[in-house]
Amino acid sequence: MFPVKELKRSFLISIWFAFLTFPIMVIKVDPIERTVLWRWDNMFFIAFGSFVISILAKVYLLRKERRAGRKKAKKDIAEPFVQRILREPRFLYPLSLAVLVLALVFPMFFSTYQTNIMTTALMYVVLGLGLNIVVGVAGLLDLGYVAFYAVGAYSYALLNLHFGLGFWAVLPIGGLFAAFLGVLLGFPVLRLRGDYLAIVTLGFGEIIRLILENWNDFSQGPSGIANIPRPGFFGMDMSFASGITYIYYIVVALVIITIFVVNRLQNSRLGRAWLALREDEIACQAMGIDKTKTKLIAFSLGAFWAGFVGVIFAAKTTFVNPASFTFLESAIILSIVVLGGMGSIVGVIFGALILILMPEYLRALSEYRMLAFGGILVVMMVFKPDGIISNVRRSYRFKKHHSKEVIEP
Amino acid sequence: MDYFIELFFGGLTRGSIYALIALGYTMVYGIIGLINFAHGEIYMIGAFTSFIVATVLSIYGFPLLAIVVIAGLAAAVWSSAYGYTIEKLAYRPLRKAPRLAPLISAIGMSIFLQNYVLLAQTSDFLPFPALIPDFEFMEPVAHIVGSSDLAILVLTTLVMIGLTFLIKFTKIGKAMRATAQDKTMAVLVGINVDRVISATFVIGSALAAIGGMLIASHIGQINFYIGFIAGIKAFTAAVLGGIGSIPGAVLGSLVLGLTESFATGYISSDYEDVFAFSLLVLILIFKPSGLLGKAETKKV
Amino acid sequence: MRLGLQKKLFVTAVALGFAMVVPATSFAGDTIKFGVAGAQSGDLAAYGLPTVKAAELVVKQYNAKGGINGKKIELLIEDDVCKPEVATNTATKLVTDGVDVVLGHICSGATKAALPIYKEAGVVVMSPSATDTALTFSGDYPNFFRTIAHNDAQAIKIVEFATDTIGAKKIAVVHDKGDYGKGLADIVKKLIEKSGKAEVVLYEGVTTGAVDYTAIVQKIKRKGADAVIFGGYHPEASKIVSMMKKKRMDTTFISDDGVQGDSFIKVAGKNAEGVYASGPNDNSKNPLDAVARNELKKVYNEDPGEFYENAYSATLALLNAIEKAGSTDMAAVVKALQTENVDTPVGSIHFDEKGDAVGVGFAMYQVKDGQYVEVK
Repeated sequence: MFPVKELKRSFLISIWFAFLTFPIMVIKVDPIERTVLWRWDNMFFIAFGSFVISILAKVYLLRKERRAGRKKAKKDIAEPFVQRILREPRFLYPLSLAVLVLALVFPMFFSTYQTNIMTTALMYVVLGLGLNIVVGVAGLLDLGYVAFYAVGAYSYALLNLHFGLGFWAVLPIGGLFAAFLGVLLGFPVLRLRGDYLAIVTLGFGEIIRLILENWNDFSQGPSGIANIPRPGFFGMDMSFASGITYIYYIVVALVIITIFVVNRLQNSRLGRAWLALREDEIACQAMGIDKTKTKLIAFSLGAFWAGFVGVIFAAKTTFVNPASFTFLESAIILSIVVLGGMGSIVGVIFGALILILMPEYLRALSEYRMLAFGGILVVMMVFKPDGIISNVRRSYRFKKHHSKEVIEP
Repeated sequence: MDYFIELFFGGLTRGSIYALIALGYTMVYGIIGLINFAHGEIYMIGAFTSFIVATVLSIYGFPLLAIVVIAGLAAAVWSSAYGYTIEKLAYRPLRKAPRLAPLISAIGMSIFLQNYVLLAQTSDFLPFPALIPDFEFMEPVAHIVGSSDLAILVLTTLVMIGLTFLIKFTKIGKAMRATAQDKTMAVLVGINVDRVISATFVIGSALAAIGGMLIASHIGQINFYIGFIAGIKAFTAAVLGGIGSIPGAVLGSLVLGLTESFATGYISSDYEDVFAFSLLVLILIFKPSGLLGKAETKKV
Repeated sequence: MRLGLQKKLFVTAVALGFAMVVPATSFAGDTIKFGVAGAQSGDLAAYGLPTVKAAELVVKQYNAKGGINGKKIELLIEDDVCKPEVATNTATKLVTDGVDVVLGHICSGATKAALPIYKEAGVVVMSPSATDTALTFSGDYPNFFRTIAHNDAQAIKIVEFATDTIGAKKIAVVHDKGDYGKGLADIVKKLIEKSGKAEVVLYEGVTTGAVDYTAIVQKIKRKGADAVIFGGYHPEASKIVSMMKKKRMDTTFISDDGVQGDSFIKVAGKNAEGVYASGPNDNSKNPLDAVARNELKKVYNEDPGEFYENAYSATLALLNAIEKAGSTDMAAVVKALQTENVDTPVGSIHFDEKGDAVGVGFAMYQVKDGQYVEVK
């Protein structure tokens, strides 16, 4: 069943990995005591592990090939199951309702801890959807998205500290601050393309973090701002657990609003302009789309959501310091968008839930947690480069053609 | 004036350090247009390999010269092997994927490798043996340029010359340039594009590894996290110079190193990185493809 | 086909979710749940992992003796990567799992973020390493204790030493822009200016992890400082010290508890000679300290890492308090911590009403022949 040639290949792969990991895995030196520890057992594990994994991967690929062959034979061009559901209101509405009900009763059935991390995950859903406007829809690679998030968080922390403003008052202000900053950043970098834009936004994110870190009089520096109040509910004093639940519902509401707005945006004139911009800038300009304005709106709208979530972040954590807004955070939000499937709302939601909940549930793996996280990121990309739920382009389809010939999607 | 010269040489050393790492970024980007975020980790693995090998050899009483040569070779070999493997596992399957997929794969790889070294070795900082002795002839100027600074400067120059030679005059260099210009055409004229890309990764990784060894010896310590920060800075430098251009990477690195050095010396190190990134933004506003990058005009 | 896979994935995910939830909630046995929280992965893992080992060793001892009041001690180890937002999740998880006391967190920022949650749940928290003065002095956290002295105490010691003992007139204050380093450097700067005995000629932060510190070292030299006070941890300190040696400078280098440890001497090697650092009072004559070190060597074949002794002591103090209080009730444990003395590697300690350990103070040390020796 399994070809001998492949076994030989797997054997060679395992030898290669044994060689590759030899210095790091096998030798451990103590430069002070001047002793060397040879951990040969590790080499055995690596060789054995890579042998097994390579065989499994091969089996998977073989099966996939066979399946692909069968599929062609059946002449089945079925679009992915999920997409079909999403397209048909008959499925979509009851399903959304079910998800909504599930979201609403979630805190009643799960512990405070579960609610808490679900809140975090939902916050990232909003962040992902916000970044999706910039990266997924408008095609502007932004590696400094976390800066806007920081602006929102610090808006609440500082306005509360100095002026005693409450959560609800700051929520829109934080969003607007971030949006304003988005425009500010947008202006100088509009001329840049692709990866140049990426590095400038990365630099911008770092600059914001460094200012927060160094400008003590303004932001209290690295020691951060503590005792930020949780959102109030008509002046009621809430216990910790109900406070968490309350924030959870706020975030659920925010997610619903975001989905609604982003969905409407994508189908609007502006949304189509973004898509066009992503596909071809020159053609876009030729069609009479104002490139500058369209890009700036994308930047500021994306930033707006980040500012929003930033405010909630400060309220939820009750503490902010610059350490929360590093590049890695931007990278994770970006991963959510790409992993979920760029431009697809449902995809981003899945991406956020997976990427944020995974490290929490991987806690069982303790120190292997981040190793697994990195590995899974790679594996997911390799096997599903379009993301979990890839976006389908809007297109018209003629029924007549459909039945006659096969159109490869 | 003395102070100026001191800062100048400090900036030069720092710039050369960035350059050794930035070359790998720029080569990979030039060929396949991928920001290889795991490159910083390759540099770290190179430094770690040379640390392990050098320490083992010094325990067994090898002479310093032998240690330097063997450790350098080992670092280059293993880092190249990692670079090659990473490309094959994490990037090659994504060659036809959407543009951002390999980027995320690279970020994942970077996180993976960091934690791999953390788990297999240690989370502590380790003392890196001084592989470059204090040369006697350098003593009078040691307060301005140290021996390891000199070694880094010389090495960067050599690498730069060697690489230019390789790209300009050898067969593989020609193939690389062809692949960078147009992959499809390169295939048509009989270039094995896969092999060229692998070669690029191998060369870039070997450079990073040698750089890793020298830099670690200069700083005197390593841990699993050094690649991340150095990587980001080197990447910035590569973009500053015009990503994809080899002289650009070196120039960008030197400009970045000098800016940081002078900013710290004359203004404040509090905002060192702010200056670095502001400079980047400024330059890119006026030259959107970096200092030596070719402005792309797109024909419709 | 695709449909089948997606469905399978979904079912697996749900099942996995439940599998994770169930053990978390149904584990209410007759054990004392001892939480350990701190950075266990990421770039600051080196500061959090020794704490885990310390807790494991002490708890193993207790369990070998049959636990406390007949109850075994169960460790709940949670990672917070030293990030405030993760720390709140960590804290919530521990509280939900019914933790009784917590050893941690490691970083001051993370501790500040997590404390309100523990306070609400009536959980006593003891940090081996969070030195931010406000943690105990603000009075916000009656459930918080620590086995390390706060920043103010340390800064006073360092400044007195620099101005009086060394007699430095021009001092460069450098920090690592971090929570701990910058906090300490701020206080140091204020104290020097207030005393009027010396002048602060430079006050700046270096970038952690930067590849080269030449510029800042040249600047120190140019300012003519006769002493450098550095607030931060040992990797940066050893980089600066090595660079100063390379530039043939002999400016006195004074630093803090983050530097006063074997790891600094290991990394800086010969360059460490002559460096001054403040650190907890000398425990080397304390037999318990030797016990703690030997055990670590025996079980993990390692030398103590950052805050190992503090964590070992904190674990002892917490368990002792639970034993004496006869329960894990917060008020009782707090009372026991404040009244009962306990012998630990950092000395015989109890805690004042703010939460700082009495008997844990600072002394100045200097590196001589590869070892920190107390400066009398």
